[in-house]
Amino acid sequence: MVEVLVGDRPVLVPAGASAAAAVLLSDLPAIRTTPVSGAPRLPYCMMGVCFDCLAEIDGVPNRQACMVTVAPGMRIAPQRGVRAA
Amino acid sequence: MSATDAIVVGGGLVGVAIAHGLQRQGLAVALLDEGDVAHRASRGNFGLVWVQSKGIGAPHYQRWTRDSAAEWPALAATLREATGIDPALHQPGGVTLCLSEAELAERAESLARLRRESGNAGYEYRLLDPAALREMLPGLGPRVVGGSYTPYDGHASPLHLLRALHTAFRDAGGAYHPNTTVATLRPAPHDFAVEAAGTTLRAPRLVLAAGLGNAALAPLVGLSAPLRPERGQIIVTERAAPVLPMPLVNIRQTGEGSLLIGNSAEEAGFDTLTQSPPVLRDMARRAVLCFPWIAGLNVVRAWSALRVMSPDGRPIYDQSERFPGAFLATCHSGVTLAAAHARLLAPMIAAGALTTAMSPFGAGRFDVQNAA
Ligand SMILES: Cc1cc2nc3c(=O)[nH]c(=O)nc-3n(C[C@H](O)[C@H](O)[C@H](O)COP(=O)(O)OP(=O)(O)OC[C@H]3O[C@@H](n4cnc5c(N)ncnc54)[C@H](O)[C@@H]3O)c2cc1C
Ligand code: FES
Repeated sequence: MVEVLVGDRPVLVPAGASAAAAVLLSDLPAIRTTPVSGAPRLPYCMMGVCFDCLAEIDGVPNRQACMVTVAPGMRIAPQRGVRAA
Repeated sequence: MSATDAIVVGGGLVGVAIAHGLQRQGLAVALLDEGDVAHRASRGNFGLVWVQSKGIGAPHYQRWTRDSAAEWPALAATLREATGIDPALHQPGGVTLCLSEAELAERAESLARLRRESGNAGYEYRLLDPAALREMLPGLGPRVVGGSYTPYDGHASPLHLLRALHTAFRDAGGAYHPNTTVATLRPAPHDFAVEAAGTTLRAPRLVLAAGLGNAALAPLVGLSAPLRPERGQIIVTERAAPVLPMPLVNIRQTGEGSLLIGNSAEEAGFDTLTQSPPVLRDMARRAVLCFPWIAGLNVVRAWSALRVMSPDGRPIYDQSERFPGAFLATCHSGVTLAAAHARLLAPMIAAGALTTAMSPFGAGRFDVQNAA
């Protein structure tokens, strides 16, 4: 198992799982809010097509969490609306 | 029976702006447009309404560009009201950043010349040092040595503009014929016949506004359009929260939040399929030298499109002596000049002749005899 941080919650996930899996395991109510209407979102397709899983991972915003494999100590932070430039 | 007052060939920004303008003069207009096979600059451009580099050594072009920038708010308001589509015009002024003393000296020289050539209109601009630029623009890179600002510059959404013009044209009863390639014409003075969509269209006025297609069409009515394609590439980043308060000549942030990086120019014939990595790399590098934070944004798209270029880079507006009633309009700044085309040029065409002030724009300037 690998320990990552989702928001401020430490989460244990199987090695090789995606950051989006960690988000779902964390019980966080939403990983992002949409830029236009502010609607809450969680990972949905888990295969890189819906972009609902966008998160700030290790300081880089707008990453598709379902396409990123977890690493020990990874920080997966929620995104509120559109990213900053 | 003919109920058409004018036939416009070409449904890009130039043609549809003129068609819309003719309609506003009370004319019944048919707009003929080739299909997706055509090269269509209007669907691939950068969206600047740009004044600060236009018309050096050509006061008539400087004035025309500035008149268009001044008419733009009225065009945008008309389209918004008529169609509900907002062309997203913002004219907060614009900046060109310089990355070397040589670039800055050239900029200073160009702007001084534009002011000298501006006549009574005057020409407002400022040359800015990095400290002044830093107050206007966020996160400026250390390699920026200075820049220029004019209050006349701005930007718009070129796709919204194109759609708004087409919608306004059709809602006002205009006849739009897509997938209609004009290859032959039967011209006579004040009487032009074109086969389109299985019927013959006839009108006393004909406007050639077919972009690069004008080169082949112009000779059919005794005009000439020595045009060549010039390839430009554009890089689009993911959307970000509003950060740039005004457009730059090579970088702008759209209303939706994307950053557009552009301002490249290549001679590549009609090839728009090849993206050339060295050019993309140079554009991206320059953008990052201007604003290092751009490096943190993901690129989501890039494309190339063809500018419609005349030998001296300026527009061509012309009228046929052999076939009065036939006009030609083409330019490489169809966004910037959209307001001039709809609100200044179209009334002349409706009235039947270009004013004498327009004569420096005629293609006669490219004749060898004139040059000698
Ligand atoms: C990369 C790039 C960036 C640019 N950036 C800017 C900018 O920031 N600001 C600005 O002001 N301008 C910019 N431009 C220029 C601007 O896009 C063009 O000036 C403008 O789109 C030209 O419009 P047009 O209608 O003449 O040509 P087009 O858009 O090419 O339209 C011509 C139309 O004519 C039709 N046609 C052609 N031949 C025929 C035929 N035989 N019969 C019937 N129809 C025909 C085609 O279907 C097409 O719809 C840029 C251009 C490029 C390529
Ligand atoms: S969950 Fe759909 S793209 Fe990541």
